[in-house]
This record gives sequence, C-alpha cells and structure tokens, in this order.
Amino acid sequence: MSTSATDVVVTGLGATTPLGGDVDTTWEALLAGKSGVSRITDDWIKEYPAQLVARLASDPAEQIDRVRARRLDRSQQVAVIAAEEAWRDAGGADAGVDPLRIAVVFGTGIGGALTLLGQDDVLEEKGPKRVSPFTIPMLMPNGPAAAVGLAIGAKGGVHAPVSACASGAEAIRWGLDLLRFDRADIVLVGGTEACVHPLPMAGFAAMRAMSTRNDEPERASRPFDKARDGFVLGEGAAALVLERGDAARARGAKVHARLAGAGGTSDGYDLVAPHPEGEGAARAIGAALRDAGLTPADIGHVNAHATSTPVGDTAEAAAIRSSLGEHVMVSATKSQTGHLLGAAGALESVFTVLALREQIVPATANLDDPDDDAAVQALDIVRNEARRATFNAAVNDSFGFGGHNIALVFTTA
Amino acid sequence: MSREDIQTGLAEILEEVAGVTPADATPEKSFTDDLDVDSLSMVEIATAVEDKFGVAIPDDQLANIKTVGDAINFIEKNQG
Repeated sequence: MSTSATDVVVTGLGATTPLGGDVDTTWEALLAGKSGVSRITDDWIKEYPAQLVARLASDPAEQIDRVRARRLDRSQQVAVIAAEEAWRDAGGADAGVDPLRIAVVFGTGIGGALTLLGQDDVLEEKGPKRVSPFTIPMLMPNGPAAAVGLAIGAKGGVHAPVSACASGAEAIRWGLDLLRFDRADIVLVGGTEACVHPLPMAGFAAMRAMSTRNDEPERASRPFDKARDGFVLGEGAAALVLERGDAARARGAKVHARLAGAGGTSDGYDLVAPHPEGEGAARAIGAALRDAGLTPADIGHVNAHATSTPVGDTAEAAAIRSSLGEHVMVSATKSQTGHLLGAAGALESVFTVLALREQIVPATANLDDPDDDAAVQALDIVRNEARRATFNAAVNDSFGFGGHNIALVFTTA
Repeated sequence: MSREDIQTGLAEILEEVAGVTPADATPEKSFTDDLDVDSLSMVEIATAVEDKFGVAIPDDQLANIKTVGDAINFIEKNQG
C-alpha cells in the first residue's frame, strides 16, 4: 500500500515486558487480558501516594550472563535482551550484511537512573574512590544503544534519540530515515526503560501523574475510562529490525509488516501538558499518513499512547478523531503493560505489527465506563476482549513530556 | 600470605569481576591479551585487591601490571 519511494519492512521483533520475557509470551498475555501491574511492598513505599508498578515478568538475570550484566545498567540489560531476540528473529547474524551497513537506533526516556542513584549512594557511604569505573557508561542515555550495537556488531552508526515517552517511537522513525537515505542496509531500532526507584517514583508522584488506585493494582491503568487517575510506571524494552523490502525478500527473510511512514511534530504549547485538542499529535498523525501515501479511510487500527492520565487521554482522543475519523479501532495496551516511558513506542509498535500480522486488535482493559468527553465517546475503542478484524494499515502514536509527538504507520506485509 | 594463597585470592577476584575461570588465572597470562580483561575492569580488580589483601595499587603501578604474575609479585612485595 505504501507509495513512498523506499519500501521498508519489519523482519524482526523482540521484547521483555511486564507481561512476558519475550514477544510470544507478552503477546499471548496481552490477548488474554492479563495485567503486569502489582503493588510495591518495600518499606520505602509507605509514604508514597502512588504505590503501583509494572515490573518485568522475567528477571534479566535469567536471560543475560552475570559478568555481562554487572557492567550494564538494568535499562541496558533489557535493551540487549530485546535486541538479541529481534536480531535472532530476523536472522540478522546470517543475513550476510556488512557490519559497516548495520546501524542501531535505541532510545530511552530516563537513561541509567538506577546506576546514577545507586552510585550516588556508594559515593555518600564509601567515598569517591569506591564509585564504579562503569558508572558513566552505565548511566549515559546512549548506553543502551551502544550496548545493543556491541551485541550485534553494528559499525554503521549507533544513535540514541531522547524524547521522553516518545523515544522508542522516535527511534523507529530515525531507523526509517536511515534506510531511506541509504545510510544503512539493516537497522535495529527500539526503546528501553528501567527506572523503578524511589526518586523517579517520587518525581512522577509530585507531578500528580501516577495512579493512586493502590488497592486495585490490576485495575489502576484504565485509559479513556471516566475513573482513570494517572499512569502506572512500567519497565522493559522492545526492539524491531528494519530493512529495505527488496533486500529482505532477496535474502528470504520473513516479513512481519511494512513500516510505511512516519511523522513527527512538537507542540510548542507547554513543557509537559498536552495541547487540549491534541493539535500537535494530530499534525504528527497527518504527516505520517502523507508520508505513507495513505488516507484516513485506509487506517483500520490505532495503538494509542493513552497513558491513563486525565488530560492526556482526552487530548489524544481529539487528535485521533480529527486526523483519522471515528472508524478506527483503538487499543490502549498500557492498560495491561503499564507505561514503559522510553520503551513504550517500541513495544506498542511491536503490538501494532502483530495486530496487523495476526489481524486481531487487542482490547483496552479496565474501560468500564468511557469518559464523557465527546471524542472518547465517538471513537471505537476496543474493550472487553480482543477483536478479529480485517485491516491493512495501522497507526501507533507516542507522545513525550517536552511536547514530542511521533506517529508511525504500519501496513500488512 | 604465600604466593599460592595470593594466586587463589586473585583468581577469585578475576572470576567475580571478569568471569575468568579460576584454572585459567595462571601467572603467565596477560590480562588484556589472554583473559580479555579491559582497562575499566582492571580498575575494579585493583579495588578488590585492596579489599582482599590490604594492598593499594597506585594508578602508575597499575599500568605496569600486565600479567597475573605481575599482580601476584606486586601483592607479595607490598603486603603488610
């Protein structure tokens, strides 16, 4: 369906998430309606208004060897786990691609926060000479991209977009550009986040951004529902392998879906609050459609950013309605995964690709009573259970603090 | 502490920090060429040596320690 000059396809998928340690278990749990959210029981949480978190389902220590893990921040460990799964899925190691033509684009919202904060504790308790020599490479926000680049032997450039919760989606857009500009033959893209720690939890809570539905963890993330009261912080990573369609077909790679287009805008409105009508978000979706050579009528499904905050969800509903119309089947998968910040756009792109490939739209959990907002009421938000449907194109949109808006258009293979 | 004890203790550090199999941590082995220990790991090893043997390795000395045997010699000579 894409009319863009360069046909770019997705040949590999990887993820480790609150729903599962790989793509298959995550997807299965998503379709089964399972929740990755639980209540923190550590002592430090007692003073916190928001006590919920979506922890990884699979401990990274079980997926990555000890010596390798000790020099990688948790956000880097999960990035490498997801990236290696995607690389295996694509058959990247056997693709015969010159390492000089392999690139990586891997984003994070926060970076190595656990290392930064943990080593600050070491500094306070034991002094500067005890701070780890790996502190800087473990906390730098390009660290996950660099670790992934090392893991797959990429010598064609390693890049790290940082745009808060749009970082993962932004990485995918950059990957598309690298292929279109012929700067690489295969690009591994993705996003990662692992910052469950008292400080980020306190910071997000101070913004009044997090759900305080502490007694009902699995019901707390409820995008578009009237009773939503904030997001649930999640951790994890997701990755995709992108390459030009002709090259993928020539080497006999399986193609999950096409990445047909991308659009990116900035709100220019407020540092953290979304424009109430989702003006910048709508422009990003419109730009992605034009880039893909498609019209709103072509789009069957949207994996929404929908974090379960009161203002964010209605702004996005307005943006979807104004840019695409009311016919699209909308899913808010953060209702089950929580909000993976810099990994969110990558994980939700994996879900969008799988939805296209399997022709099934995931449900939005906990949407018991949709918001009275006119746009929310008008949209076809899939709820209760996943829906079988026939559709050829889908959008994943992602937004980040700072006014970053990214929309990606995927089509069937 | 005997040279054997120092070698055993050093091998434990190398296993912990760099994943070196203890049987491979023999005196003639080069940290970088044979055991794949990089410069940042050498800094961690120096810190662990100070904890285990009470022997601080100044940075200018650390640069001269190329093999497991060099490290054993340094520790043996400087232990209290």
